Amino acid sequence: MSRFHLILRYLKRNTPLAIGLGILVFFILFTSIGSLFVETEAGYPLGAPASVAPTMNYCPRIDPECETTEPEAYIFGTDGQGRDMLAVAVQGTWLTMRIGLLAGVIGVLTGTILGFASAFYGGTFDVLIRWMVDVLLTVPGLLVLVVIASSLGDQTISITGMGLIIALLAWMGPTRTIRSQVLSMRERPYVMMARLNGMSGPGIIMRELIPNLLPYLGAGLVASVTGAVFASMGLAALGLGPLREPSLGVTIYWVINQNAFLRGLWWWGAVPIITVALIFVMLFLISVGLDELANPRVRRSE
Amino acid sequence: MRYSFKFVARRFVLLLVIIWSAATLNFFIPKLTPRNPLREKLLQEATRSGYIPPGFEEMVASYEERFGLNAPLWQQYATYMSDMFSGNLGVSIANFPKTVAQLVGEALPWTIGLLLTTTIIAFVLGTFLGALMSWPKAPSAFRYLVPGVLIFGAVPAYVIALTLIYFVAFQWKLLPIGGGYGIGTVPDMSVTFALEVFKHSLLPALALVLSGLGGWTIGMRGMMVTVQGEDYMTFGEAKGLKSWRLFYKYGVRNAMLPQVTGLALALSFIVSGSVLVELVFGYPGIGTLLARSINQLDYFVIYGIVFVIVVAIGITLFVMDMIYPLLDPRIQYERD
Repeated sequence: MSRFHLILRYLKRNTPLAIGLGILVFFILFTSIGSLFVETEAGYPLGAPASVAPTMNYCPRIDPECETTEPEAYIFGTDGQGRDMLAVAVQGTWLTMRIGLLAGVIGVLTGTILGFASAFYGGTFDVLIRWMVDVLLTVPGLLVLVVIASSLGDQTISITGMGLIIALLAWMGPTRTIRSQVLSMRERPYVMMARLNGMSGPGIIMRELIPNLLPYLGAGLVASVTGAVFASMGLAALGLGPLREPSLGVTIYWVINQNAFLRGLWWWGAVPIITVALIFVMLFLISVGLDELANPRVRRSE
Repeated sequence: MRYSFKFVARRFVLLLVIIWSAATLNFFIPKLTPRNPLREKLLQEATRSGYIPPGFEEMVASYEERFGLNAPLWQQYATYMSDMFSGNLGVSIANFPKTVAQLVGEALPWTIGLLLTTTIIAFVLGTFLGALMSWPKAPSAFRYLVPGVLIFGAVPAYVIALTLIYFVAFQWKLLPIGGGYGIGTVPDMSVTFALEVFKHSLLPALALVLSGLGGWTIGMRGMMVTVQGEDYMTFGEAKGLKSWRLFYKYGVRNAMLPQVTGLALALSFIVSGSVLVELVFGYPGIGTLLARSINQLDYFVIYGIVFVIVVAIGITLFVMDMIYPLLDPRIQYERD
């Protein structure tokens, strides 16, 4: 049986992972196909007529019967500041995932390095790392990010900058997990054997430990990305994001700030809400699925 | 004594380090950035009249002197630290005569009231649901609840809150759309006022409970599944114990412990509340105060809120760590 079939058969057993990856594929298709049809400026203020309800044929006010112009389609409507919500959904999903991925990858990489170093070298370094993780995990991350982002000022924050700020607080979780995993794996018989065979330290790390840690790294990445997306949305919704960019968090900020619902513009709120909910459900399902993959004991309990 | 002096000492030092780092962070991060909050705020006020009055820079300088901002950095740091530890968080720029401590003190009861209630409700409901979901003899309807509850748990509370506002408050007009009490109501100790506060807190509470439920349910379900595999459960069943007795006294009771630990952790985070849910509803708690201060560039309030919350969480966690070994005899720190 081919490898592809094996994966398919595993996905049939692991429903959460299958549905989660399904939503991921949907989002990838949606953003990549969508970006072919959507003009970049349509996602920015005044890129489209303001406050248009979802419609297939919109005619401008000066030409209500569309006699001289082609009717335009705004299937998701436009917001009160003239953004095409379809463009916002397409670009916002991508921008939000970009922040999440950037911060998540940096967090997991830093966490892996620190976790390994902490578990392998021990001593003062280990104590220092453990204290830092303990202290930083106690502090509510969103509030620290609020202090940082608010003193940087909104003009200087770009999408990448946002990712980097969030990455500052994304490494503690992975560090802790990797450290404890390495500590327990280090004593396993196969590592002992490798050591007795005269394998070098880096060799053991690369050839014995990393492959066994991969499921944990995967689960850690999903967790970091979830945390980063959550943090970026939170900061943006508080008004500390790149307020001109059509990211999902910023859109929610404008929905709250401009009373979209009170003005009856339900589609303005519905688009970011549904997209955000889908993103979080997707991340949750993937992480549950990966947990099952990494932790066969969970599998047995089903 | 279940814990050694060394453990208490280590834990106490950790608490001090947490408070110290929060204060230091608050002091240095703004200094590292090119922003000058005082100047920005004065500029914002000055340009309101349409032009920058002559002598603006002198005004900034005199304010800086008044706030001690022209002293050497180490001296500023020392003053700041002694202020922080004596509870002097400074004054608000936007609501000038009010101190930061006053503003935070006004907002704190709202946040604690809302979050304490919803955390406990979510805990009780979630634990109960989770236990029933994994109980073979429970009505099968509970098993169909699983996906719904879990999906609500994955979605952030403020997203649920926005949806609830649209349907319940705006479309069906069942509950007020936001705020802590009606506009024009004067807070007093009457029953009508209490009822109004209750009505206004229902929607935020619903959003928080719905999003908090999932975590408790998953945790309890997992533990119940483990417990059901234990020998004493099989033995109890073989002995012919009544089903409810097996469920409550043997199953739920033993599966509860990790949940209680989780509750202790969750309770220590209630001060930080759910900033965004409060913001969405305009609920007069810490979160709304924070959002307003960010909009008004009221830096001292922002830093004050962060500091108060960090200290509160640090102290609660410290107390929890001290109480916990007394509750669960199996936990032993620092075996000697």
